[in-house]
Order: sequence, then C-alpha cells, then structure tokens
Amino acid sequence: MSPCMRLCPPTPRPQGRLQCGEGLPVVVIRAGDAFCRDCFKAFYVHKFRATLGKNRLIFPGEKVLLAWSGGPSSSSMVWQVLEGLSRDSAKRLRFVPGVIYVDEGAVCGQSHEDREKTLAQVKLTLQKTGLPWHVVALEEVGVLGPLGVVTGASCTVARPDHTPWQVFSLPSSVLRGSALDPAGTQGGYKAAVGSFLQQQQQQHAPVAEPSPSPAPGEARLCQPHTWGTLGHQGLAELPTAAQTQALCRLFDSVRTLTAKEELLQTLRSHLVLHVARAHGYSKVMTGDSCTRLAIKLVTNLALGRGAFLAWDTGFSDERQGDVVLVRPMCNHTLKEVAFYNRLFAVPSVLTPALGTKAPEKASVHRLVEAFMLRLQTQFPSTVSTVCRTGEKLLKAPRSGPAGPPCLLCACTLDVDTADSATAFGAQIFSCAPGTQLPSLLARAGEPQAPSSSPGESGAQGCCREACKRDEHRACVVEQLCYGCRANLRDLPSLDPLPPYILAEAQLRSQRAWVQQQIQEYLIEDSEDDAAETGHS
Amino acid sequence: MAAPLSVEVEFGESEGLGLPERQDRMSGNRGAHAGGKERLGTSRCPKGGAELLFDGVKKHQVTLPGQEEPWDIRNLLVWIKKNLLKERPELFIQGDSVRPGILVLINDADWELLGELDYQLQDQDSVLFISTLHGG
Repeated sequence: MSPCMRLCPPTPRPQGRLQCGEGLPVVVIRAGDAFCRDCFKAFYVHKFRATLGKNRLIFPGEKVLLAWSGGPSSSSMVWQVLEGLSRDSAKRLRFVPGVIYVDEGAVCGQSHEDREKTLAQVKLTLQKTGLPWHVVALEEVGVLGPLGVVTGASCTVARPDHTPWQVFSLPSSVLRGSALDPAGTQGGYKAAVGSFLQQQQQQHAPVAEPSPSPAPGEARLCQPHTWGTLGHQGLAELPTAAQTQALCRLFDSVRTLTAKEELLQTLRSHLVLHVARAHGYSKVMTGDSCTRLAIKLVTNLALGRGAFLAWDTGFSDERQGDVVLVRPMCNHTLKEVAFYNRLFAVPSVLTPALGTKAPEKASVHRLVEAFMLRLQTQFPSTVSTVCRTGEKLLKAPRSGPAGPPCLLCACTLDVDTADSATAFGAQIFSCAPGTQLPSLLARAGEPQAPSSSPGESGAQGCCREACKRDEHRACVVEQLCYGCRANLRDLPSLDPLPPYILAEAQLRSQRAWVQQQIQEYLIEDSEDDAAETGHS
Repeated sequence: MAAPLSVEVEFGESEGLGLPERQDRMSGNRGAHAGGKERLGTSRCPKGGAELLFDGVKKHQVTLPGQEEPWDIRNLLVWIKKNLLKERPELFIQGDSVRPGILVLINDADWELLGELDYQLQDQDSVLFISTLHGG
C-alpha cells in the first residue's frame, strides 16, 4: 500500500506513523498516490490557487459572483475563496467576491416547509461566510422579462457597441450578450495588477472599500441581503404561489428528464447572469469539478451540443461577452472534493436535485454519469483523460457577420443549410410545420416574419393560418442551435416558457424580418467590414 | 466465531457547520472515535444525500451479530442491504460493492487504503458513505 505521496514511507495505514510525523495516509488520489491529511490539504489548496493563477483571467479588484448550489463542489469553492482571502497580503486573492444561491426547490419537488428550512440553512451558511450574498428563487425567471430588458439596456449604454444593429436594438434582454470581447490579454492582466497595487499603496489608509475582507469570520459591512433582486424586497419570503405554479407548469409539461435538466440549466444560468449584470459582477465562478465536467462533456456530445464543448466544459466561457463564466474547480475530482469537505468540515447544504432517486437510465445525464463512474472504477484515469482531451478543444473565434446567437444558450448558431444531409437537415425535415412543401422546407432556415406582419406570400399565408401555433413555434425554434432545438422537441407547447424568452424571440424575428425587408435599400457591408465588427 | 460488533454507519455528507477540526482522529487512537460520537447530532433537515435511501436517517449505530467468519465490508454491505436499505437498493449497491460514485470512508480514511471490501471491521469502527453522484 502506498504512502503519503510527498513524505511518507510505504507502510500500510494501521502500522506505524509516517515520516512527516503528522498523520496517517487518509486518501488515495490517483492510483497508488496516498496523501496524509496535511499534505492533502496543501495539495488541494495549491491546485485551486494554481488554476486561478495560471489562467490570469480574474483581475485584482474585480467583482466575482460565486455561484453556490449548496452542493459539495461549489461549497468547497466558496471556502477556498474564503481561505484565499484570509491569507496574508502577498498571497491573498485580490478579487471581490459575492455569493449567489438559486433556490430550485419548486422544480425539484420540495415542499413549502422544506424550502423554508433549506433557505434558513442557506442563509445561516451564507452569513458565516461574511461575503455579500444574493438568494434568488428560480421562479423569478418568470418576472425576468421587463427587468431583464432594463438591465440589459443600461448595460449596453454603459458599454457602447460597435455594431450598428446592437445600438438600434437598445432594449436587449438578458438573452442578449454584449458583443464586446472581454478584456483579457496577458499584457492587460499585468497592467491591471500593476495599477491595482499602486492604488492600494495610495489609499493605504484602511478605508479598504475595494479590498477583500480581512478574515472570513469577521463581520463585514455586507451589501443588503437581497431576496428577490428583481423587485420584491420581502426578506425570507418565498415566491408567490402563482409564480411557483407557472414554473411547475413549465417543468411538468416537459416530457423527459433529460430535457428538464437542460431547461433547468438554461434558466438557472439566465438568472445568475441577470443578477451578475444587475450588480456589476464581471465574472461568475461555478464549482464544476473535473468529474462533473468529464460527465458533462460526454453528455453534451450525446445531446448534440458537440460544437460548444469548449465553452460548456472549458475553464472559462466568454460567450456572453460582458460576464465571463470561470470554473476554478475544474482540476479537482469529486473524490478530492468530498474528502476535503469531510476532513476540513466544509459546510454544505444538500438539497434534492431533479434526478434524485431517479433510476440510472432516467435521463442521458444520469446514464452518462453512471457510465463514466463505472468506467472510472475500472480505469482510474478515465475522468482525467476525458478532461485533458476536452481541454485541447479550441474555441472558434466569434464569427463576424453571423446573426444573433442561440436564443437559449447564447452560442453561435451551429446550424447549416436546411437541405443538408445531416442530422440537422433531418431535424428540420421532421419538424417542418404543416405540409412538407419543398418551398417551405427551403425557407425553414431563413428568418421568417411573425404572423402579424404584412407582406406574406399567398402560399405561406394560408399555411400559417392553418397552423399558427406551429408557426409561432417555428419562429422560436429557428433561433436555436441544434442542441437546443433537439431539447425543445420534448416541450409540447412553448407557452409556459418564461415571457422574457418569448418576447426576445419575437423581437428577434421581427428584427430579422425588418432587416430582410430593407435589405435591398441598404448599401451592402463588405466582407471585411463585417468581419471587423464581429471581432472588435 | 467472531463476537458481535458495534459499528457506526453514516450516510451522506459531513455535517460541516461548526465542527471542530478532528485532530483526535489522526492520533490513531481508537478510543477517540468512541468519544467523538456525541458531537454529531441526529439527522437534520433538509436532506439530499445517500441517506435518502435510508429513510432520511443519516447515522445508524448498529450492532452486528456474531457470526462464523469475521465481519468485513463485503458482509456489512449485504447486512445493510437487508436491514437498513429502505428503497431502491440498486442506487446504493451494485454487484457486491457500492455503486460507482459512492465513496467509502472507514474511520475517516479512504477505504482504498484499507483493502476495500476485504477490510475487517473492528469494534467501534465508523463507516461513512458519501455519494458524489448528482443529486445525491
């Protein structure tokens, strides 16, 4: 049996101490590498800091939102950040964190009382961190509409866009990312660190507004704890029954657990994104562990999201432009996380998830998870191999003149022409509304006018009258990427979707229609121009 | 003939909040385990871990009856399946081992260090199962 990897002699645990004299080996990380408690802690903490340090994405003084689900990985992440903030000045993490908790109790089948208990516990835990925090309920995606538009607009004003149509479309909702690429070059990072240090020296006096809290335990002037950042201020108040009902109606109407999980992910990320924008956070950290990312990678392949693997599973995700998603736990396995949390008493709040107690084959997510973990027990490098391979994927540069990104996942649309002999072509064929007229089929890929708009051709018009519902659906579906389209097939009606999604869909299709109408009067952008605007 | 054993079986995450750092565990002194027992309360709401399959009870103080061969983890799992597991055994036990993704800690140490299924239980041992699966 192996010793603690760093210091300890090869003796089995029950016999004799280790050379480092501090403890017995307690955990096996990779096959054959055993760690004692202290070495494991050093290893774990170092890995977290190294992951952040190596990537140089988070600037000093930057506001970072930690997305905390209550589960082991994200709890561990929050506590790693706290530990980083409590270090002495040279090693202290220099960003300014806040925590967000999204209460998903409604869709995960928690009763009202259970949710209240969970929330009480969540708040207790959050208060212990001493960080500013936000607790929002998933129901609030229902009221995201108007407010999402307002925040999105102010955001756009604050950062003037280069592309003309973005200025034209000022009231952009949470679904519209900024076209700006996040500032993030190596030189930029160095300059930022330099100016931050200078700033700190200048304001040596302990006004210390932008500097991180001195110690995690110490009380700190917290920002107002917001329950319901989207308007209602009732602290500790659950969303109204009507909101919960609307949300449940949406999730109940989804046919498969796979689609439910995907939908939940989408809505949750919209909500987190919205809170991040509303409170000026420019980075969001999630606690995805290496194990979870490996599973996600294979799952996403199965779900037709292969084109976005680099965004969905990489260290950073810049698809939104102004808010960058970072995954600092991407080098920790779940086993490490579980052991660390156990050995060092990291508090977590466990709540049932969508698939809790579901059988192994209930959804693609569960199936892939079971597959990967089983493989991992037989071949201990499975997870790391999948992760390392995933890291090699490069993100395609944002292609310039391509239209708006996917309505739901904000990825550049990966769809090709409708009559191609691909899975996508087949999808279009089987989803084409009404009779499968070849002419209609050919048009399915093009932006179509909303049914209220004038100037429709006769043949299409009569088809639309026959199936307005299908038409409405098609108008939403054509704004989605392949994976989201496939997912939406399990949603019989789009009506229960939160209004902000439907409103944005309508807005986009109207815009596309108008653009099409005035197309011939426009002076065409040259290819170079288009490419430039896209890249700038 | 092995004598009856008193063993602590625990499911789910560590209780976290407010726990002292457990240096005593590392001393290798078995007496410390017994002493440390009171520090953890009984099950608390809400739950979401492996304990959901055990009627929501996290901690079980169990007495294993005396039997011919010594008690090892393999036998313990069979015993758990028979006596503690309330529903869906396949979500906890697969084959003769735990389901992949469930970690086993014996006296707060990785069971891989102790021979996994072949570890022979001692009196006053504590066995902890932590699920790393999504949704517990």
